[in-house]
Amino acid sequence: MNFTNFGKYILLLKAVFRRPEKFSIYMKAIFQQMNFIGVGSLGLISIISTFIGAVMTLQIAFQLVSDFIPRTIIGSVTRDSSILELSPTISAIVLAGKIGSAISSEIGTMRVTEQIDALEIMGINSPGYLILPKILAGITMVPVLVIFAMMLSIIGGFFGGTLSGAISAADYIQGITTDFNPYTIVVALVKAFVFGFIITSVPAYEGFYVQGGALEVAQASTRAVVVSCISILACDYIVTQLLL
Amino acid sequence: MIEVQNIHKSFGANKVLQGITGKFKPGVTNLIIGGSGSGKTTLLKCMIGLHKPEEGNVLYDGREFTNMSFEERIEIRKEIGMLFQGSALFDSMTVEENIMFPLNMFTDQPRAEKLERVNFCLERVNLEGKNKLFPAELSGGMKKRVGIARAIAMNPKYLFVDEPNSGLDPKTSIVIDELIKELTEEYNTTTIVVTHDMNSVMGIGDYILFLHQGKKFWEGSNKEIAHTDIEELNDFVFASRFMKAAKKNF
Repeated sequence: MNFTNFGKYILLLKAVFRRPEKFSIYMKAIFQQMNFIGVGSLGLISIISTFIGAVMTLQIAFQLVSDFIPRTIIGSVTRDSSILELSPTISAIVLAGKIGSAISSEIGTMRVTEQIDALEIMGINSPGYLILPKILAGITMVPVLVIFAMMLSIIGGFFGGTLSGAISAADYIQGITTDFNPYTIVVALVKAFVFGFIITSVPAYEGFYVQGGALEVAQASTRAVVVSCISILACDYIVTQLLL
Repeated sequence: MIEVQNIHKSFGANKVLQGITGKFKPGVTNLIIGGSGSGKTTLLKCMIGLHKPEEGNVLYDGREFTNMSFEERIEIRKEIGMLFQGSALFDSMTVEENIMFPLNMFTDQPRAEKLERVNFCLERVNLEGKNKLFPAELSGGMKKRVGIARAIAMNPKYLFVDEPNSGLDPKTSIVIDELIKELTEEYNTTTIVVTHDMNSVMGIGDYILFLHQGKKFWEGSNKEIAHTDIEELNDFVFASRFMKAAKKNF
């Protein structure tokens, strides 16, 4: 995003947060989006998180082969890595692909088929009507998905580690319950909140300013995913630096 | 009445509109005609606020629209209905939901009352019983008619129609034209139709404004258009052999 685009993005956000015309209609749209973003992504996030947890446990067990390091460390490292980094970031990147491209192409198609113009002509604040429910759904449902991802990643680590024989069940459970710092959850949820905002607002911006036809909508969709992923990684670094 | 005063609009170095002035009265079908790239759609977009002209004003019954804030424009926009070239129906909504959408947004009527209005609008465009269909299930002509039904749902004072006949067969085009004319006369709306369809020009053009290369070249009625000496207008209106032959009979 260059500075002109960033300026346009900020101006769009200003329009998004104008007072809604009718709260009841916006509420309905918010619940629809929460269903799409939250419930619709639960399966994908569950599969990815479980496997990431399992693979991570195996890799940590492979790397920590020493008589001086207790096996319980494998559980601790899996837990902290899942909570602090992998669950929020990997989930966000996966969601940027799934939800980001859908948002960008939906709004982009509405732009090129004059549906956004139709909203404007009716006197409706189109950025607010189209984008606000998505952003609100994103910042509420992505943290919920990340909490699921954390749990499933740790559970996946348990099964991955114990079924392969890399760690015993007792060692793993002792590892994940030892020296747990609840603040890591707070950091993860702050990240999830920020990522939820990025995943919805950046693709919405890309879709909203599409000009042309089907090809441009597809290009905007690709750009939305790329910019979202880069923004997620940049914000991941900033939030980690600020909070840890 | 809608008045445009000295409208100028450019895109980069390309001067699309150069000092367009005109008055569009209520109860008659006003047409803006011109060849491709003549600036007619840009003029329409300046009138409804989708483009901001560099110079000039648009007045809705004396209310200066061009320099209004977003909030001030909302009040006028509630009085506007528009049929877009591609109909611009909301894909994710049924016909009923499309027509009910402005009513949901801007009125507190009970659902039964809104449904009654939707059914009235559908009946008006001869699409009774099509409430539950989605836009993807409609033909081009049906989409246009649903677009008209949505445009008239709020009883608009001003009706804008962009290329109503594009992509339609001649018979359906005439149905749409006649519907626009009927609605205009029945509700005394100020109707502005952007078109380059000669059947529309001859059939419903009570007032015609002809644009050529971003300038107003001619204005008059469909009865006068056949008897002008303006070369650019004659080249446009009587471009086909059929129309050239027909001109002799006017």
